Amino acid sequence: MATLSPTTGGASANDNIRRFTAPSRPRSPPAEHTLFHPKTRAFIYGLQPRACQGMLDFDFICRRTTPSVAGIIYPFGGQFVSKMYWGTSETLLPVYHSVEKAMEKHPDVDTIVNFASSRSVYGSTMELMNHSQVRTIAIIAEGVPERRAREILHYAQKKGITIIGPATVGGIKPGSFKIGNTGGMMDNIVASKLYRKGSVGYVSKSGGMSNELNNILAQVSNGVYEGVAIGGDRYPGTTFIDHLLRYQADPECKILVLLGEVGGVEEYRVIEAVKNGQITKPIVAWAIGTCASMFTTEVQFGHAGSFANSQLETAKAKNRAMRDAGFFVPDTFEEFPDVLGRVYQNLVAKGVIVPQPEPEPPKIPIDYSWAQELGLIRKPAAFISTISDDRGQELLYAGMPISDVFKEDIGIGGVMSLLWFRRRLPEYASKFLEMVLMLTADHGPAVSGAMNTIITTRAGKDLISALVSGLLTIGERFGGALDGAAAEFTNAFDKGLSPRDFVDTMRKQNKLIPGIGHKVKSRNNPDLRVELVKEFVKKRFPSHKLLDYALAVESVTTSKKDNLILNVDGCVAVCFVDLLRNCGAFTPEEAEDYLRMGVLNGLFVLGRSIGLIAHYLDQKRLRTGLYRHPWDDITYLLPNLSSSGAPGNEGRVEVSM
Amino acid sequence: MAAKSILEADGKAILSYHLTRSKPIAPSPLPPPPHNSPPKLASLHFPAGCNPSAILDAAETTYPFLLTPRARFVAKPDQLIKRRGKLGLLTLNKPWAEARKWVEERACKETDVEGVTGILRNFLVEPFVPHKGEEEYYINIHSVREGDWILFTHEGGVDVGDVDAKAERLLVGIDLSEYPSNETIAATLLKNVPSGVHNVLVDFITRLYGVYVDCQFTYLEINPLVVIPNEDKTSAEVHFLDLAAKLDQTAEFECGAKWAIARSAQSLGLASTSSDKINIDAGPPMEFPAPFGRELSPEEAYIASLDAKTGASLKLTVLNANGRIWTLVAGGGASVVYADAIASAGFASELANYGEYSGAPTETQTYHYARTVLDLMLRGPIHPNGKVLFIGGGIANFTNVASTFKGVIRALREFAQVLIEHKVQIWVRRAGPNYQEGLKNIKAVGQELQLNMKVYGPEMHVSGIVPIALLSKNPGNIKEYGA
Repeated sequence: MATLSPTTGGASANDNIRRFTAPSRPRSPPAEHTLFHPKTRAFIYGLQPRACQGMLDFDFICRRTTPSVAGIIYPFGGQFVSKMYWGTSETLLPVYHSVEKAMEKHPDVDTIVNFASSRSVYGSTMELMNHSQVRTIAIIAEGVPERRAREILHYAQKKGITIIGPATVGGIKPGSFKIGNTGGMMDNIVASKLYRKGSVGYVSKSGGMSNELNNILAQVSNGVYEGVAIGGDRYPGTTFIDHLLRYQADPECKILVLLGEVGGVEEYRVIEAVKNGQITKPIVAWAIGTCASMFTTEVQFGHAGSFANSQLETAKAKNRAMRDAGFFVPDTFEEFPDVLGRVYQNLVAKGVIVPQPEPEPPKIPIDYSWAQELGLIRKPAAFISTISDDRGQELLYAGMPISDVFKEDIGIGGVMSLLWFRRRLPEYASKFLEMVLMLTADHGPAVSGAMNTIITTRAGKDLISALVSGLLTIGERFGGALDGAAAEFTNAFDKGLSPRDFVDTMRKQNKLIPGIGHKVKSRNNPDLRVELVKEFVKKRFPSHKLLDYALAVESVTTSKKDNLILNVDGCVAVCFVDLLRNCGAFTPEEAEDYLRMGVLNGLFVLGRSIGLIAHYLDQKRLRTGLYRHPWDDITYLLPNLSSSGAPGNEGRVEVSM
Repeated sequence: MAAKSILEADGKAILSYHLTRSKPIAPSPLPPPPHNSPPKLASLHFPAGCNPSAILDAAETTYPFLLTPRARFVAKPDQLIKRRGKLGLLTLNKPWAEARKWVEERACKETDVEGVTGILRNFLVEPFVPHKGEEEYYINIHSVREGDWILFTHEGGVDVGDVDAKAERLLVGIDLSEYPSNETIAATLLKNVPSGVHNVLVDFITRLYGVYVDCQFTYLEINPLVVIPNEDKTSAEVHFLDLAAKLDQTAEFECGAKWAIARSAQSLGLASTSSDKINIDAGPPMEFPAPFGRELSPEEAYIASLDAKTGASLKLTVLNANGRIWTLVAGGGASVVYADAIASAGFASELANYGEYSGAPTETQTYHYARTVLDLMLRGPIHPNGKVLFIGGGIANFTNVASTFKGVIRALREFAQVLIEHKVQIWVRRAGPNYQEGLKNIKAVGQELQLNMKVYGPEMHVSGIVPIALLSKNPGNIKEYGA
């Protein structure tokens, strides 16, 4: 088959994409205490491919029939769909630029995971709350100003919306729904059996510690029924009591777990609810930060809210009060699993909890990038680069850190030798390269490259267009003398032709010798640029045989005509060959290779770019207008159609070249 | 990133500038007042190794009001110290020469304030405001979940006593459109204040609350607040003699410009210095000083600077440099749990540091962090009972445990010899992505370098290694990783 694709083995990529219709509505609206169920549909606000994929993977191993993510809202978006995996196949998630549009397209969505930054999360959350279908918003951002957080929670209360966060990882309901990055990577989710529901509902302040809770619960009980991390800020949108009351109302949740923290008074509201009989299920609880009272000065722990403003807010006082109210509170957090395990076993013994057989979770393929990081897989790279590396702490030029480039002051010549030849060249070589750039930088406005740049500039084009139009003239005739000269001189020299034989051979072939001849300069009126190069090379190069050869050729040609001197192109070209061959940094093969690759043209392009940019700036500065060539400077010779002739040959004026 | 205390001078500067400029949140009983003239706040900083006398000389040029003939001054340290009046850290009604002498005697001196030792480096000198005792009020605004409490009592001053018991209070809801009426404010807060100054005080309280909201304070206490009404009681001179405040540092992106302009040379009535430093706002950015006696050590400052340069979180507080027990814990929650476990095992006084690294730091960042902790631990004298290092952490979400451990391992290699000399026991517990590889590597290095090291994985409770290490308690009888 002609269109056989290498990755999918026959099928086109499109065949591997799963498309979902919105799930059927739950037959009855979810109960008041149910935030998440196996048909919960959500938007992700913000571009978070990893979190999104994590949610879809979770859905998949929970055997949900449709993904929990209905779409992505991204106001700065450029794309319209985002490709995600559904198990081993792929699926497309729509990306919306406006909340309005997203809500209109997906009336079944009632949950939003808001990944907006601390700066923009206030505005976006307020906007989201104005849509009546929204029941729950999780706010992930850390560092939301406290006033803004209170405004959000105040408005949410008015609207009857549940806010989870800010500064949280979110929450998880095994078998139903996972908020964003909760639970970590897939192997951890599988290890903590989060793909099927257990009987314990927890609320934790810290998101990081919720991973520990998942792990503990999987070890000492039949696992998590639902878990929420309310976030470490001073004013979380919902607190312990809000979620514990939901768990109390939910008949499937048998044990409540509260993991509180020093700071704030929210634990006391749970104590109140237990005292007045609102909560009757067993609560296993702990407030972390008991050490705070033992320090002599104030220490701000990781969370913004974890600071006791009064005795009441210390972890010690909270643990004591919870124990007094009949919660199961261990003596230390290390004993927490034991206490929890005993409470669980007790309920199993009473028949309140009946452990279920373990289902086998579906397998999720490991992600390519992660497998690569673990060193499990390999694949040939499509590109290789051997000159620079921007991935590390510092940019590297051929292995040399950019800071060393400046510390050792290696100059443009040094940078060119690193990037063009992947090696440090001797100092005189770098200097020579710089010298060439300086000599070739410009040659007046009349040469074809500069002319093109000037005309393009005057046509109102931008710098890059003007520069490129000039550069595009460089080739065999303009600027290309360098390459040609290097080739011809080297060739003759290597063949062992004497200078006179070389000149004669060229004449016989009716060929001009590139690099020989100048419009005005002559032996008696030497080109100073050539003199500079010659002087430098003779003084600094360890060997300059080709230059000597070229000078011998020059003495032959100038004996015929005074202006047939070695011009600057020729001089630079032969000296460059001398450099490659004799500086000791290149093998003879390498030297030939670089010449064949056209490195000399590169030198000219680089140097002349300086001049072309200068011409562009000059014309801009002068505010010159569009250039139109005068008619009288063009000879118009048109064919006469009325006169007969073969098609394509009607009275054409033949001009012999 | 949280509510942070600010210097008294900065708090006063913000109030002085914004009281008349913040958008009014409710109609006032009084006509709008003219803008305050720049406050006279001589904020004097004495850096380490300075010559106090030279700084005071310079202050006389910077703050010309200090040399006003016959002027009287108040001087006090401005370093987040509470109850300065009671502690004798305040001098009142002194001519400049005496106030200057008072400051000079105390500047750069180590001082004990209620059990905390620190060096007095920052002072505030202001004109003394003569007033009557009955003009001293107390006001406090602080934020709670439901709104902001305003506490007010007419008996302010140094001896204000138990304000919780005696102050009148009013809860202002989050929704500013429900801000209480002038009558409500007068009726609740100003019950015991002569009605003649009600208008003046209502106007002031509303403006003050406006600034509180606008500049995102989380705490503001003025005591005494001196209100001297003019004769027809249509306006009043208001002086905040003593002030303590906290701002919400996370609101910097919304309020930074407002904080800065109040602190600009122009707003403070100072000759603008020809300093060539360009600020991003109209004035210098707000500073959040460390609490008294808690100036950052060079190592803490170094970690703070690393922290500021990355998206990851790197925190270090040295509690007791000679402590035996050191922690190198990943994760904000886990690090607190470790400190708890050490304290509840009875080793609070031996705990040397609190710190955490999280948010996927690079291998190099982890190395520098670990290196700093190890260096501090091994700098202290050798302890006959040896030392204990906990390389702990919870179950990471996305951090590749193996790669962060590479940084830790590099640091361990560097200090291997000294670790053995100091008889350091190393206890490791970690889990999360690729923990298997990470634990395997660190265990191999422990064996190779002959360190006294025990390694545990997710089977161990997050801080379960603490009781095992300190109390030899391993109730679950959990085995080492790979054992």
